[in-house]
Formats: sequence, structure tokens, C-alpha cells
Amino acid sequence: MRYVLFLYAAIAFVVLAAGSIILPDWAMFLFAMALAKGLVCLGIVAMMRGGVVSFGQGLYYCIGAYTATLAANMWGLSDIFLLTLLSSAVCLIVGVIFGPMLATYRGIFFAMLTLALSMVLYGTLSKMSVLGGSDGLNIAPPTFLGWAPEGRDLQTALYIYVVAIVVIAGTLMRIYFDSEQGLITLATRDNELRVEYLGASVRKVMAYNYIFAAVLGGLGGTIAVLALGHVDPEFAFWTTSGEFVFVAILAGYMSVPAVFVAAIILEVVRSFSNLYFPNTWQLSLGIFLLIVIVTLPNGLGSLLSRRKGGKT
Amino acid sequence: MKKTGIYGALSAVGLAAGLAGSAAAQEDTFKIGIITFLSGQAAESFGVPALNGGKLLIDMMNKGDALPAPYNTKGFGGMNIEYVVVDEAGGATKQVQEFRNLVQREEVDAVLGYVSSGDCLAVPPVADELKAFTILYDCGTPRVFEDGKFEYVFRTAAHATMDNISLARYLKSRNFDVPTYAGLNQDYAFGQDSWADFTASMTQIYPDAVIKTALFPKFGAGQYGTEISALLREKPALVHSSNWGGDLQGFLIQATARGLDKRSQLVLSAGDHVIPQLQDKMPDGIFLGARGVNGLAAYARGGELKELTDTMWDAYEAEYGVFPVQAPFRMWQALFGLKTAVEKAMADNGGKKPNDEELVAAMKGLEWDAPSGHIEMALADGHQAIQPNAIGTTKWNADAGKMELVDVEYYAARCVNPPEGTKAADWIAQGFPGAECD
Repeated sequence: MRYVLFLYAAIAFVVLAAGSIILPDWAMFLFAMALAKGLVCLGIVAMMRGGVVSFGQGLYYCIGAYTATLAANMWGLSDIFLLTLLSSAVCLIVGVIFGPMLATYRGIFFAMLTLALSMVLYGTLSKMSVLGGSDGLNIAPPTFLGWAPEGRDLQTALYIYVVAIVVIAGTLMRIYFDSEQGLITLATRDNELRVEYLGASVRKVMAYNYIFAAVLGGLGGTIAVLALGHVDPEFAFWTTSGEFVFVAILAGYMSVPAVFVAAIILEVVRSFSNLYFPNTWQLSLGIFLLIVIVTLPNGLGSLLSRRKGGKT
Repeated sequence: MKKTGIYGALSAVGLAAGLAGSAAAQEDTFKIGIITFLSGQAAESFGVPALNGGKLLIDMMNKGDALPAPYNTKGFGGMNIEYVVVDEAGGATKQVQEFRNLVQREEVDAVLGYVSSGDCLAVPPVADELKAFTILYDCGTPRVFEDGKFEYVFRTAAHATMDNISLARYLKSRNFDVPTYAGLNQDYAFGQDSWADFTASMTQIYPDAVIKTALFPKFGAGQYGTEISALLREKPALVHSSNWGGDLQGFLIQATARGLDKRSQLVLSAGDHVIPQLQDKMPDGIFLGARGVNGLAAYARGGELKELTDTMWDAYEAEYGVFPVQAPFRMWQALFGLKTAVEKAMADNGGKKPNDEELVAAMKGLEWDAPSGHIEMALADGHQAIQPNAIGTTKWNADAGKMELVDVEYYAARCVNPPEGTKAADWIAQGFPGAECD
């Protein structure tokens, strides 16, 4: 069974990587950003499978982005691999601290606590003028093991990098979802009490999910800031987190690729509605979201899974 | 499974790209991408008035003879001006994306925009990466060119430092006694920077003045009951605020209701733009600036720019039924500067439509006249403008039913802006060395 998964992953990598040749510059940037945000959303999906939704995933998106920026500005680090490792390690540590604490909360309490944590970070960063305050900081373009590309080469390299991370992370998460732990998560969604009686620790599973989501959030934030070249406290603001939740809902919890497709669709729709309806782009975006929610209550993933005979 | 999803996404984007079409660059039109706030807090105060002013001026330029010399030629050097508008709301992330779309998908010849300082910091590195000629027309933070160096990016408005230096100078020139003062500023970078500039300037000009309290209510707070209580209790001689938009309107209405304006002198660094909304609710006797000789201060100035100012003023009033405040003035000075630069570049290259590099060469160190005064790209190696400033006192004219600005003091650009090579904060701390005041 597993070799089929690896085959899919290889195909996904080839198809996505082909984008670096086919796509025009602006679309390649848009895809890279969408995939980076998709990583964060994948973390939310991991939690959603257990029936909880984090409204504060911007916390890790922001920590990842600021870690990379500060490491680059203070120590002159520019290697993308080092920066990614560093910020995901920081997010791992923060996740390990908060994960076990939050793992006992469900529903609105979990959502509000995660939201509160991210807003605390937002408030703190906005007041710290040494870190640029609400205006934020800039970060120089990354290097790749000593190679410092410019222009289209830089965009291509970044894009291939994010595609590679997305495919690896997506594959690993799929393996995790299908593992014993992952299936316990899914069972928790249906009946937490029964899972506990069967002898599994729901709290442990929830903590693991939260920590994985934290690392994914950090990865997404790092790639996003390297592509953008700028970070500000908005990364931790609740609207940013809300957008991630929206993508997760749009994708549904059944399929991993659906998360990235949903992220790309949202970016494309926003980009074009912003240009063609400059005065009413929020309205057109909202109508699009409503249509999707009404017609596909279980998310895009349900389209794929239905065809596969309900395989999760 | 993955494959299906990816193909779906690819075809969606393909479809979208097809819908967009490709705007091929044409020789007889000059296409500008305008980015400003169309939604959110800054839309009413800055974004929409600026866009309205911009549309009006572009129409007048395209007509050809609607403006006094030297702006009486058609469009930009005979080329028709086209524009696309993008909403600035949504944060710096979205703006970087939209900037790339404007340059790479819409193929605009110049990007003109950004009110938010955060956006002004985020966009320049991308502009240089894409080698796209970009004008920042409004934002205030001095950090853009003090922390960075950009080839393709220009700011046609002075940074916010002069707003607060001018206020301190105005107090001195009016012989206003300031034993104590306090501040109420929005809790974000612009508010924090404005207060820092103001206190630093006061330390130079009024070394004995004591700061009673510095309040930083949340951006967009709207309710200032506790802050006003604190200010009434502290009884400072002066209350400084860089608030704008709804936050400023809310503060002024609540402050006058409780008599704060009678007990302390209010000084506002950017307050002119709420006059059309507040009318006679705006208290008399407030000292206020407009981040440049903009709005009422420009109207009251007269002088050799009177014809240009009045032409724009009358056209704006006739079109929109309200007088222009600071935002359209800054949009106008950017467009007049762009026109001057394009025409200079065309004179240098033999009349062809200039490319980005030729525009950069023409814009560097450029000087031109705008309704807001004589603009010089004097700082940051010719990338950052300096401009004159004015501070005045509000006075409601009950007969005419209009707010007037009286006792206006005008400050030369070099009196309130740092010289080339000196950071704004350092210049204030050193006591304004080399300031050229009349």
C-alpha cells in the first residue's frame, strides 16, 4: 500500500515542479505563497481530524517568520535550509510547551485559547519597536547552500524548495494519518469517551497533533517570509489565522492534497477579485466562500474521497 | 489522488490567466498601477480622497490644456495615461503579491501607491528585484530609505519627521508657554514614531517642558473616556496627538464634550483631513498640520503656485462637493512629479516611451512644483523628497459656514527636514544642525 503513496508523492512532485517551467513569474510566486500557507493549513487539518480547530495557527506562522528574519538580520544567516531548520525547531519547542496544556481543551475553549496565544504574540510584537513594531522587518533573499540566485532563478529555486517540502510533509502526514495514532485521532472525533475506555490516551494524541501543526506552521511561516521579504505582526493576527481555518474547512479533513488545492484556489480567487473588483473584492471573496460551503459542506476532499469509495 | 488535485489546480489557474488576458505594453499609453486604501479605516481619511484626486488629475492631464504651464501638455509627454486600481487593505503580504501581479501580469509602466508604512517597507525590495519603477506617494516612516537603499523606488512626499518638528517650531514662534505636555497617540508604529519625534523636538526647543503622560490607546479604539479623564487630571498645558481618521474624530468629539480643548492646547500633527467631516464640531484654536502645505494651508498660501492650487482646488470641489484635504495633495504631487520625470526622460531619449531605467535616471534628484509647494528629491541619493510644511490654527467662520486656518506659519523644506546623509532621529537629537529657516 505504501509504495502507491510514494508513487503518488513522486507524481505530485513532478507535476508541481513542472510549474516552475510552465507558470509565469507572478503565478509562480502566488503558488509558492499558497503552498507555504497550505503547510500551515495542513497542521489545522491534522487537528481537525480530532475534532478541534485552532483559531491561532498564526502564532506558529508568525514565530517561524520572525525566527528566520531575526536569525538572518542578527547573525547573517541566509541559507534557506538552516533557516527552515532553526524556525521549525523553535516552533517545535513552543509547541511542546503549549501542546500538553491545550490538549485537554475541546471545542470553543481550544479555539479561544489558541486564538488568545496568537493575539498575545501580536500585541507584544506590535509594541516592540526594536523589532520594527507594527511596521515589521525586512529579510534579504535566501541562499541555497551557498548559491545566491536572483530574479527568475530565485523564484524558481524557492518554488522548487517549497514544492519539495510540501510533498515531503504531505507524504509524512498521510502516513501519520493512516497510522494507529492517526486513526485514534479520527475515532476521537466520533466518540472521545469510548476511545479513552479502549485504553488510548486522547490527550497524548491531541498533544502530538498540536505539536505537528506547530512545526508545519513554522515551516509555512519561514517559506512565506523568505518569498515575501517582509514580516509584520499581522502574521499572528486573528484574520490571518482565520484564513488558515477557512482553507482547512474548504479542503475538509479527508484528503491531504485537497488542502494545497484549496490554498491555491483561495489565492487565485483573491488575486483576481482584488484586481477586477477593487471596491468589492471582499464581497466577491465572501460570496465564493459561501458557495463552496453550501455546495461542499465536507470540503473539497470529499469530492476525491467519494470517488475513492470513502477511503480516508 | 494527488494528481487529480494538482491538475485541477493547474487548469483553474490556466483559466484564470486566460481570463486576465495579457496587457501588452503600448507605445502611446502610459499605464499606472495605483494602490491605495479603498476599504478599512484609512479609506475614508486617505485612500478614497487620494484616489478621487488622482482620477481627477489624470483626466485633466489627458485632456491636455486643463492645467496651467508647465503642465499644459497632454498626458505624459503626449502619451495617454491609463490606470488600474488595487485596494491596499489586507496587509503587507497581500500587497507584495499584488505588486508582483501589477508588474508581471498587468505590465504597468509605473506603480504609484501605499499609505501604510508597513507596505512601504515591504514593497521596495520586491520593486528592486523586479526592476520596476515605483513611487511611494503617502506613507510616513523614515525607515524606508534610512534602513535600506533602493534603486527603483522613490518617495515623492516628505517623511513624517517634519510634521512634529514643525509643531514644536510653531509653538516657539507663537511664544506659546509649555511648562508641561502630554501625548495621546495610536498604539502602532506611526503613533509611536510621531510621539518620539515630537518629544525629541520638544527637548531641543523647550528643554524645560515636562512630560506629564504618554497615552497609547489601541489603534481603532474609538473610545477615549479613560484617556481624556487622565489628561484632565494631569492638566498638561499641551496635548499632542498624531491620531487620524475615525480615531481622531472620536477623540476630538469626546475631548470637546468634556472641555479638554479649553484646559489644554491641542496640537495635531496630521489633523486637517477630519475637518470636512467634523465641520463646526472641530474645536477652534487647535494647532494642526497636514503633513505638508496641503489642504487649507495650501489654499491660504497664495504666491506663485496659486493658479495651479486654485485650478486643482476648484476642480476637486466641483467634482466631489468637498474641499481637498492632505491626501489628494500628496497624490497630486506624485503625479506631477511622475509627469515631469517621464517628460524629462523622453527629452533625453529622443521622445520614445521611457523604460524603467530611464525613468529612474530622470526621477533621481528631480525638482518640480505641485499645489503643495516646491518638491525636491533631495535625500537618499535623490530618492526621497523634501517639501515645505505649514502649521495653522483652526477658526470656524460662522458667516461662511466654513473652517478656516489662521495664523499659518510656513516652513521651508530644509528648515524641517534633515540634510542628506543624516538620519531624522539623529538630526533632531543633535539640535537640527544645518537647518535653513527663513
